[in-house]
Amino acid sequence: MVTIKEIENLAKLARIEISPKEAEEMAPEIDSILGYVGQIISVTGDIERIVPKLRNVTREDIVTTVSGKYTEKLLDNAPALEGNYIKVKKIL
Amino acid sequence: MIDLKNLTITKARKALDAKEFSAVDLASAYLTEIEKKNPELNAYLEVYDDVLEQAKTADQRIAKGESHPLLGIPLAIKDNIVIDGKRATSASKILQGYVAPYDATVIEKLKKDGVILLGRTNMDEFALGSSTENSAYGVTKNSYDLMRVSGGTSGGSAVAVSSNMALAGLGSDTGGSVRQPASFCGVVGLKPTYGRVSRYGLMAAVSSFDQIGPITKTVEDAEIVLKVIKGKDSMDSTTITDETYPKSDVKQKYTIGVPWDLIKREGIDLKVKENFKEAINRLESFGFEVKDIKLPNCLALYYIINFAEVSSNLSRFDGVKYGLHVDGKNLLEDYILTRGQGFGREVRRRILLGTFVLSAGYYDAYYGKAQLARVVLQKEFKEVFSSVDLVLTPTSPVPAWKIGEKSDPLSMYLADIFTVPANIVGIPAISVPSGFMEVEGKKLPLGIQFMAPHSGESVLFDIGKKFLGEK
Repeated sequence: MVTIKEIENLAKLARIEISPKEAEEMAPEIDSILGYVGQIISVTGDIERIVPKLRNVTREDIVTTVSGKYTEKLLDNAPALEGNYIKVKKIL
Repeated sequence: MIDLKNLTITKARKALDAKEFSAVDLASAYLTEIEKKNPELNAYLEVYDDVLEQAKTADQRIAKGESHPLLGIPLAIKDNIVIDGKRATSASKILQGYVAPYDATVIEKLKKDGVILLGRTNMDEFALGSSTENSAYGVTKNSYDLMRVSGGTSGGSAVAVSSNMALAGLGSDTGGSVRQPASFCGVVGLKPTYGRVSRYGLMAAVSSFDQIGPITKTVEDAEIVLKVIKGKDSMDSTTITDETYPKSDVKQKYTIGVPWDLIKREGIDLKVKENFKEAINRLESFGFEVKDIKLPNCLALYYIINFAEVSSNLSRFDGVKYGLHVDGKNLLEDYILTRGQGFGREVRRRILLGTFVLSAGYYDAYYGKAQLARVVLQKEFKEVFSSVDLVLTPTSPVPAWKIGEKSDPLSMYLADIFTVPANIVGIPAISVPSGFMEVEGKKLPLGIQFMAPHSGESVLFDIGKKFLGEK
């Protein structure tokens, strides 16, 4: 049984605000979903991984675009700017 | 007046090239339909203001003697595929105000062909759902019964095509999101082989399942659209070429496998089963051999990987780089408030579930086992395809349900039983209309789904056309 406290802890780990009311509503839903997908625990076997058809796909590490081509468009999407920098609150 | 109801890409191409009508005439006809129907159906979240300009450019190209399969063809694009300079939100509040800085590879290819981009279509937020009810911008209604859902997650594109608000549409398919709404709306939906179409510019839901696919009125139209959008892309390292997998041959006679143990179980609508049996009779009348095969129910495996990848992919939305920003006391609170308010309920639920299955102590029991089960399923499919050319199921165990009917999230997950295997294994699958069932005086469309081995799209197109009498 998933407790409300566990839901609140998951929300904290995922950095999502969840109200106590929602945590309470979500607990039985998450419980029934985990109960269903929990049938996976009974899967057994020692199977070699299938090597995917595509592996180690790489390309040359070279610049493929013109410098500054996207700067303005990208900055325009940021909620807060200072000059050409995206602004965030101080961490330390 | 252009007869939009019976128009296909093939027919429109001929008419445009013969100058029976212009791209502007065609685009205007669709704009008129959209204006009439969209307020009620809510298929489009935005209709672009430059549609007629795009059409004028297409007409100029046609006048110069250019002809491409999609030149002047009006398309609807799902809201999780980015177009340079246009808004894109994945039907989420957290991307409010976001303007895409570049074209997705599929858009670049469509523009090169000269397609008309009509607008962006509604979906379940971040492609999580099965009904388009999880959109932050309201549900998309099914044009066959306004009380019912359009299916999902690409419900907007499916309704746009089925109600003549677009000639074709693009969707994305993570666990059935192109095929299931296509079947609910009586149109064709294709999920290509994983890697066939570049995912560059498609907002990631489940990176190891996602694939962009066309929603169209005919199988031939789906083939035309796929031909334009497919191909190896240096921006998506998972894209494949025609040589990556062995070629599947188009045949005169196919052997078709049907997983009866899955179809006979509880929860599959009786009328869906009847319709499915009629479809089988029809295929047998063409001389195809239909045989019983075994496939497991892989919903548990599907949803564990879904939750895990979703929680990881959606961690990029933090209110710093783009979209919604809710201000808190410090940076951590900015994140927590932005994500709490920006993501809808189902998205929050899946992020928590993903965080759970990936957390220390549960990782091996859930995610580890799911990866193991994925390998087992891949082997089972390989085995199946050694004795049959195609696998056939209904696309959905039930017809379009009533809006609000499946309020319990698990009950909605269970409706994906037939569509998820193709995504887990990475094989192509197509949903084609198989008739109607009558419920409460309304005719609701049904669909059947064919799955083929990796790179077997040509076989899907061949059998789809035969089934629908396109050839």
